[in-house]
Amino acid sequence: MVPLSYYLVLSGILFACGVTGFLIKRNIITIFMSIELMLNGVNLSFVAFAAHWHALAGQVFVFFVMVVAAAEAAVGLAIIIAVYRTRETLNVDQVNLLKL
Amino acid sequence: MTPNLNLWLIPILPLAGAAINGFFGKKSSRTAVSTIALVFCGAAFVWALSVAWRFSSLPEIPHQEYLAHWIRSGSFVADFAFYLDPLSLVMLLVVTGVGFLIHIYSVGYMWDDPGYYRFFSYLNLFMFFMLTLVLANNYLVMFIGWEGVGLASYLLIGFWFTKDSAASAGKKAFIVNRIGDFGFLIGLFLLIQHFPSLNFTDVFEGVPRLTPGAGTETLLTTVGILLMIGACGKSAQIPLYVWLPDAMEGPTPVSALIHAATMVTAGVYMVARSHVIFERAPIALTVVAIIGTLTALFAATIGITQTDIKKVLAYSTVSQLGYMFMACGVGAFSAGIFHLMTHAFFKGLLFLAAGSVIHAVGGEQDMRKMGGLRSYIPWTFLTMGTATLAIAGIPPFAGFWSKDEILWKAYQQNWVYWLIGVITAFITSFYMFRLLFMTFWGDYHGIQVDAHGRVHAAHGDDGHGEPHESPMVMLVPLMILAVLSLVGGWVGIGNRFEHFLAPVFGSGEVAEAGKEAATNFTEYLLMGVSVLVAALGAILAWVLYVSKPYLPQKIADGFGSFYEAVLNKYYVDELYAALFVKPLVDGSTRILWQGVDRKVIDDSINDAADGARHVSDNVRHMQSGNLRSYAGWIAAGSAAVIAYMIWLGVGR
Repeated sequence: MVPLSYYLVLSGILFACGVTGFLIKRNIITIFMSIELMLNGVNLSFVAFAAHWHALAGQVFVFFVMVVAAAEAAVGLAIIIAVYRTRETLNVDQVNLLKL
Repeated sequence: MTPNLNLWLIPILPLAGAAINGFFGKKSSRTAVSTIALVFCGAAFVWALSVAWRFSSLPEIPHQEYLAHWIRSGSFVADFAFYLDPLSLVMLLVVTGVGFLIHIYSVGYMWDDPGYYRFFSYLNLFMFFMLTLVLANNYLVMFIGWEGVGLASYLLIGFWFTKDSAASAGKKAFIVNRIGDFGFLIGLFLLIQHFPSLNFTDVFEGVPRLTPGAGTETLLTTVGILLMIGACGKSAQIPLYVWLPDAMEGPTPVSALIHAATMVTAGVYMVARSHVIFERAPIALTVVAIIGTLTALFAATIGITQTDIKKVLAYSTVSQLGYMFMACGVGAFSAGIFHLMTHAFFKGLLFLAAGSVIHAVGGEQDMRKMGGLRSYIPWTFLTMGTATLAIAGIPPFAGFWSKDEILWKAYQQNWVYWLIGVITAFITSFYMFRLLFMTFWGDYHGIQVDAHGRVHAAHGDDGHGEPHESPMVMLVPLMILAVLSLVGGWVGIGNRFEHFLAPVFGSGEVAEAGKEAATNFTEYLLMGVSVLVAALGAILAWVLYVSKPYLPQKIADGFGSFYEAVLNKYYVDELYAALFVKPLVDGSTRILWQGVDRKVIDDSINDAADGARHVSDNVRHMQSGNLRSYAGWIAAGSAAVIAYMIWLGVGR
């Protein structure tokens, strides 16, 4: 039986990787993938806890997160395509029209 | 079972007229507007007459009618309810009767005015408020009417609001009245505090029950003086009379109705209505008498020097109101109300006739440019002559009876009042006949004085080259009022008027009738003196303005600076301007505007705005539009929150 802490450490590492990728990468696709990485890090901790406590709620949450992530991916990719068509770049540093 | 007289109809009818004309008058024809105004005002008059008809059969005096409830707070009750006794009945008939006649007159007088519908709407509105004032059964409803007539007066003085002087005269009237109303209102607060009620019945029954003593006397004196301040404002007494002469900027029918016959007598009515309070406050009563006497004399002297026909009448009104105050002050309330009634007839008539004169000479108000109008406008001359005889106190005209009654009562109280009253009567007779002679005798100066007349005549249809008589619609009210000015005083013969009002003012005055028999000789002597004095005034005016017209200038030169002072109305306006207006304006400018408004309010708001902009200027740089920096902030923030929670966990 693998102890709970292993899962949590792995989950933390995955999450940290996601955050780091989000912060240092400029390519919007990579950033998007980093977000997925963070979500999955969290998912891992959810299922680990659910298994540990024998509580189904955690599993259900994971399904929710996956569904939402899928929807988000669809919308996000659509936005990315729209952005690419107008700006012809995927570099987020150049997509800064919202600043004052 | 007391019969229901539907008193509420009397004020509501003119209000309905005002509303109809106010909302729809602009698009209606002049005929429709005047029909509505006359019908509603006339209906109120007819209803008042029917009330008077049934008055003697009323089982209970005062007769009270409840309409709707208004304020009920704890034990304090003020309802929309009406109060009918001989006093309000007299006022009711005077207001609706004279008001109706003046409505008729206005149809002719205002026919060419573009604001025709507006005028009648205001006039009806005034009737509504005046009737509310007269019929109220408590001080608070009376106060509604009181303020309402002030509003109507303001609207009508400033009727020709494009004229600067009219607009400021309206404001002046309103503001000066506000000073008086302030006193009135505080008086009412005191009454609420001590009686917890403002109903006339409660207050008048409560006053005699107060335990005699210094405290009660102080209270009643204070209330009396405060009420009198209110009356001074509305009835144009010293020191608050300054608005009335300026109020002549309004159309002449307004001067007749509001600023001579009805509204300005509201103060006298209020004092007479509160006679129960005043009778137990001798000091307040003396103050009323002194103010009335002084005003009568003071305004009469100013009246001598005025050359504007309406200004003379305005000062005359102030002076006659002084008489009424004097009457109330010496405790002769019924004599005051009697004079109020006859004054409404002859002063209303004087103003209407003056309006007819002004109409005849094409808007000219300066008497020096009139003269010799007798043959041009005979009807106006006859009616105005009647009114002049009435106000001068020549028997058997109305003014003689009421003025004599006042002088007689004043003599019984203190011969000083009587003396000043007689001097005033002399001056009154003099300036009234001066007005009459300057206007109707001699040669017409209108055409010669300026070439304008001929230019006008060339225009033809204007017809102002030569004075012309007014239309019938204006002359009929003049004639009716002339008859009333002649016979109106006869109701006072044998103290009949006093007996009629006795249920209101108590029989104390009438009881003196027995005593009067003993002093009959004195009374006739005094009567003779006042008639003689009136005749002397008329003769003096004849000498100065008809037979030797070069004399007045000489006499004026002889008096020198005193004449100057009187001509300039004793510089009272200037004095008030220097004493009150200028400090107020300066103080407002320097302290309130430049100091408080600019330095405190504006600056604090500007500083706050500047500060907010400064802060946001710095903060907005955080919003770079750079996605990764946002993410960084979020990450850092989350990390901080997590660190804090861990720290909390560790600490526990």
